[in-house]
Amino acid sequence: MAKRIDVSGLTAYYGSHKAIEDISMTVEPRSVTAFIGPSGCGKSTFLRTLNRMHEVTPGGRVEGKVLLDDEDLYGTGIDPVAVRREVGMVFQRPNPFPTMSIFDNVAAGLRLNGNYKKSELNDVVEKSLKGANLWNEVKDRLNKPGSGLSGGQQQRLCIARAIAVEPKVLLMDEPCSALDPISTLAIEDLIGELKERFTIVIVTHNMQQAARVSDRTAFFNLAAVGQPGRLIEIDDTERIFSNPSVQATEDYISGRFG
Amino acid sequence: MSTAAVTDKRASSLRGASLPTWTPWAIAAGSIALGIGISAAAGLHSSIQWALIAGLLFVLGTYGIAARVEGRRQARDRVATSFVWVAFVVAVVPLVSLIWVTVARGVKVLDLYFLTHSMGVVADTEPGGGIYHAIIGSLEQVGLATVIGAPIGVLTAIYLVEYGRGRLAKAVTFFVDVMTGIPSIVAGLFILSLMLIFKMEPFGFAGSLALAILMMPVVVRSTEEMLKLVPNELREASLALGVPKWRTILKVVLPTSIGGITTGVMLAVARIAGETAPVLLLVFGNPFINNNPFEGAQASLPLYIYQQFANSAGSGAAYDRAWAASLTLIAFVMILNLVARGIARWKAPKTGR
Amino acid sequence: MDISTTTDAPPPTPSRPTTAEGKRTARGATRPGDRIFLGLSRGSGILLLVIMAAIAVFLTYRAALAIGKDHGSFLTTFEWNTNVLPPTFGIAVLAFGTIVSSVIAMAIAVPVAVAIALFITHYAPRRMSGPVAYVIDLLAAVPSIVYGLWGALVLVPHMNGLYGWLNDFFGWTGVFSWQEGAPRSMLTVGILLSIMILPIITNVSREVFRQVPQMHEEAALALGATRWEVIRMSVLPFGRSGVISASMLGLGRALGETMAVATVLSPSFDIQASLLDPGGGTFAQNIASKFSEANEFGRDALIASGLVLFVITLVVNGAARVIIARRSEYSGANA
Repeated sequence: MAKRIDVSGLTAYYGSHKAIEDISMTVEPRSVTAFIGPSGCGKSTFLRTLNRMHEVTPGGRVEGKVLLDDEDLYGTGIDPVAVRREVGMVFQRPNPFPTMSIFDNVAAGLRLNGNYKKSELNDVVEKSLKGANLWNEVKDRLNKPGSGLSGGQQQRLCIARAIAVEPKVLLMDEPCSALDPISTLAIEDLIGELKERFTIVIVTHNMQQAARVSDRTAFFNLAAVGQPGRLIEIDDTERIFSNPSVQATEDYISGRFG
Repeated sequence: MSTAAVTDKRASSLRGASLPTWTPWAIAAGSIALGIGISAAAGLHSSIQWALIAGLLFVLGTYGIAARVEGRRQARDRVATSFVWVAFVVAVVPLVSLIWVTVARGVKVLDLYFLTHSMGVVADTEPGGGIYHAIIGSLEQVGLATVIGAPIGVLTAIYLVEYGRGRLAKAVTFFVDVMTGIPSIVAGLFILSLMLIFKMEPFGFAGSLALAILMMPVVVRSTEEMLKLVPNELREASLALGVPKWRTILKVVLPTSIGGITTGVMLAVARIAGETAPVLLLVFGNPFINNNPFEGAQASLPLYIYQQFANSAGSGAAYDRAWAASLTLIAFVMILNLVARGIARWKAPKTGR
Repeated sequence: MDISTTTDAPPPTPSRPTTAEGKRTARGATRPGDRIFLGLSRGSGILLLVIMAAIAVFLTYRAALAIGKDHGSFLTTFEWNTNVLPPTFGIAVLAFGTIVSSVIAMAIAVPVAVAIALFITHYAPRRMSGPVAYVIDLLAAVPSIVYGLWGALVLVPHMNGLYGWLNDFFGWTGVFSWQEGAPRSMLTVGILLSIMILPIITNVSREVFRQVPQMHEEAALALGATRWEVIRMSVLPFGRSGVISASMLGLGRALGETMAVATVLSPSFDIQASLLDPGGGTFAQNIASKFSEANEFGRDALIASGLVLFVITLVVNGAARVIIARRSEYSGANA
């Protein structure tokens, strides 16, 4: 049920400050797209415009279109709450609900949306935890608080929580930046599995990671500090890392700046 | 817009039928109109009644309409929103009423004569007289309390932040917290028990002692917070230059945080200036001018308000004086608050968020 | 306490010869300046402890003088006659009234205060939240005697309609029956107290809600939660213990409030089921009302009742502090 994302002419502001300007791109369903670029280039901001999380920040507003299978997320009559159900998100730092058990964390999204029987909930929680490669590690302590897990486990718990509501798209904002290498590897493996079912967009600072997990890579940059970030190019990952068409991309990838 | 929302409801999961943005205002206006209408029809006179009816209608109406159009979850969200707004309005009403009444009734007799004359030759039930003696009493009592309470409070805070390790500091911290919660009347009773033992008659300074007890924990808390804001690097830099610790505190730590400490002390002064209960027990009240806080009963502004209210047998003149004195007291407290906030903003450490 | 360890803390800076010299003199802590200063500040801290101890000791001493001669039972007698022989007095009515008025105040103030705190942190338009917080601070700054005056002269006359209404619909419960006396009753007192303790509960709750990590709220948002669901899932669970301790602080204040109760309540020394009929009393109100006509023995009796109030507020405030202390993330109720 993965969906395609079609962005055209998207500009986002924080108050009067323009954070990103005139971004257009297409993200294919059942693929992994990585966003790379120097700090402050707006890739996280752009990611957050894809599920209308940007407007949660005080002063945040957006111009332009984001089509999710031909439906504009910013069209009139669109309910941002419904958008976020369709487009799930995993954050930089693992953020399980601290007062909830592992089970309740995964079930949290489902419980929002009506009445599930206990057995149904059990099934979905198990399926989601398996989908996040966490089931074997936590199946004996589902009623313990989620905050007792290790960082990597917590992040996979957050992924399980996000996929439990069966979103069409999964956004990941530097999901491994707070994790150790082994946990990072586990998440990267997981991303490879999840792309069979979801459209995945991932922001990363780690270019090897982008090269390892993504099918397509988008490079963002900004002309100077205080200037809005722009999309420089988007292409197949292989091409971006071997033979990019823009000089700035090559400079960035080969470590000549940023 | 609404037709599109309805027709698309099946086609898309992203579109929820949503109420237009003016809906809450419309429901609010409707509820108020209905509330007044129902109250008028039923012959209810109290504004509290019709406000309650209107508030109830607003919350219920919001739920009903939203549940029908947008669904249960959105309805619950809207009810929470409207309850929060109603709570806010409910909290503002008494404040507005209080300020309004105090100003409206207070200005009736508040003039230069009122501020410069005592109640010495005026019976409580008759018009005339003033609050000069009460202002003198208040200033002296609060001033003496500050002279005692502020240094002890600041020094205790210095001890807790700069020296305090171990059990003594823990005990002091805990009891400062507990002391914050002592009812003012209990502080008054404490001094009263001493006065009973030493067979003393009421006098101004006894009130000051009780007020100082009430003031100390407030000053300790605020000063502590301010001292904690001073970065450790500053202290270390000074110590590393060979400056002794006490001079480091006096020359580096205190000057850095003096703005915040002053603010805290002023807020504490504002708080004790309005205390009535200990003054009632210890200073007793006096219609005449008594400039000596160490001998004989004195008046004070809050006590004056209470006595004008309580001893006047419903006389309008006494109520007018009570309101005028309230206005004076509120003005004094508010000015202290404003100045304190001004100092806090002016001297605020630049590291704040 | 141990000066030498703290002065050793800064790393040595070899380029400055004066440092070594300064350290040597400071290490012994023998400088008179240091000793005097430490003595003064530690002395102040000890003085605070002494004051607390003295309050307990002297109140207990004077209270014991009175209770020893009490002809009734201090805990259960429904009377307060201290100027006659033999003196008979007891705190039952006062304890009941103090608890009832505080419970009413809490029942109204806690939900409203939490709602206002949420309003300031999560609902109000950004330009509004600052002024609203300021208005709440103003409420806190108004002296209690002014609340008392306002309560007696403005609030009381406005209560008639509400009382009639409560009597019509809920009079059958007994709790809300009303014999049309002046509404100088426990309910009015409770309402006035709720207004007075609203700011402290609001301010402490507001600080806790403000400290809810952004990432917990975003977690709920990203699952497709409405604003209320975000609050239910992440804000309230995080802030619960803070709200509890804030409420305890408010309760402590309501228990000890004197002037507002003394001006509004029409006291009597009995316990009645109705909250709407005038009568009853609280510890603090009784002290203020009975003080001027009390002889020395009467004052000791009032001190005895004050001691009970002191102990109750100590327990309540201590409990609030323990709850706060258990929460390490939450720093201080000094908002």
